[in-house]
Amino acid sequence: MYTQALDLPQQNPEGRPPSLAENPAWQAEFDAKIDAGGFIEPKDWMPEAYRKTLVRQISQHAHSEIVGMLPEGNWISRAPTLKRKAILLAKVQDEGGHGLYLYAAAETLGVSRDKLTDALLSGRAKYSSIFNYPTLSWADVGVIGWLVDGAAIMNQIPLCKCSYGPYARAMVRICKEESFHQRQGFDALLQLMQGTEAQREMVQDAVNRWWWPSIMMFGPHDSDSTHTGQNTRWGIKRISNDDLRQKFIDATVKQAEVLGVTLPDPELKWNEQRGHYDFGRIDWEEFWNVVNGHGQCNVDRLAARRKAWDDGAWVREAAMAHADKAARRAQAAA
Amino acid sequence: MERKEWPLWEVFVRSRNGLDHKHCGSVHAPDARLALQVARDVYTRRQEGVSIWVVQADHIVASDPDAKPELFDPAEDKIYRHPTFYKLPDEVNHM
Ligand SMILES: [Fe+2]
Ligand SMILES: [Fe+2]
Repeated sequence: MYTQALDLPQQNPEGRPPSLAENPAWQAEFDAKIDAGGFIEPKDWMPEAYRKTLVRQISQHAHSEIVGMLPEGNWISRAPTLKRKAILLAKVQDEGGHGLYLYAAAETLGVSRDKLTDALLSGRAKYSSIFNYPTLSWADVGVIGWLVDGAAIMNQIPLCKCSYGPYARAMVRICKEESFHQRQGFDALLQLMQGTEAQREMVQDAVNRWWWPSIMMFGPHDSDSTHTGQNTRWGIKRISNDDLRQKFIDATVKQAEVLGVTLPDPELKWNEQRGHYDFGRIDWEEFWNVVNGHGQCNVDRLAARRKAWDDGAWVREAAMAHADKAARRAQAAA
Repeated sequence: MERKEWPLWEVFVRSRNGLDHKHCGSVHAPDARLALQVARDVYTRRQEGVSIWVVQADHIVASDPDAKPELFDPAEDKIYRHPTFYKLPDEVNHM
């Protein structure tokens, strides 16, 4: 994972329409490139608003990957078998890698890594709301892989073709790895479902808690998302929030059947006319509550990231001091 | 406190012998040795490579995108540099 459509008014105080006055000729060239389905590369001219939107989106995405290591990391030391522990370690390490690919992509837009980290640690930056829910049982780890990474894959595949080259390339790399995340989750759940009654109940309980937050990951309804139009024009957003959500729900119903769990939505049923599943009303109040910092784990997550940053400070400083000293010595010897 | 950020390194990976090293992203590291180590962890967790190059990003000299026309357009009308420019008799046209 993990990206969430966060193109929301609250998150975007500095967002503004692209300034066409910046340079009409360059703007025309930029528009033509986008219209032709081409890519924008780091040193190319781009409208300032495009650059800002990308910095915000890519860094939020990177923060989500990094914070996303925490809920599952919580279970590494308690994984039920050595095999599951090795798998979970690899998965969590992948998420760290995803964060790093994405920070590197954001940095090509002229923003420093330290500044991005500071935005997260200070609480100014957003990350996906899904990670502010707790992982209460081992089944949560499987359900996160299945539903949360599954939703992330739906969100992320269209980004592999987004107009900004470094972001698109990072997404290609990420998407290749996400499939493992989803499949290992489903596999862990299948095994639990073949176990005892208590284990099956544990899976159902985890599904009950994660289903709605998972489908909220696609962001607000299209009618309520303000920046979709501009982001579509810029080739950053290719498929709308509601379309992606529908696609995810349609794909997941069958998987739930195979697993033998019930998705906790009594209104979920096939609509012959639409050719899609209908589903119940999403509790947006809860969504906004979590996005705006009042979820169950918002405080813990940021505290954990701050502690990691502070505890690692001496390592970063010592390594840099050592490198500087070695460079000075090499220079003196030359 | 003002802190010096670890420098940025560009990472190039040869996926297997017989192929070129290809740019795949960047990492921050204090020195070359750690840059290689970090690049291995970040970009080759699934045997994506058999060899890694790291180059400090400051040391890369890149052409200016605005200079694209003068650098690359002169080649545009030199179609005789391509084999397809030459139409040969059918019997020998696979040459
Ligand atoms: Fe990820
Ligand atoms: Fe993932």
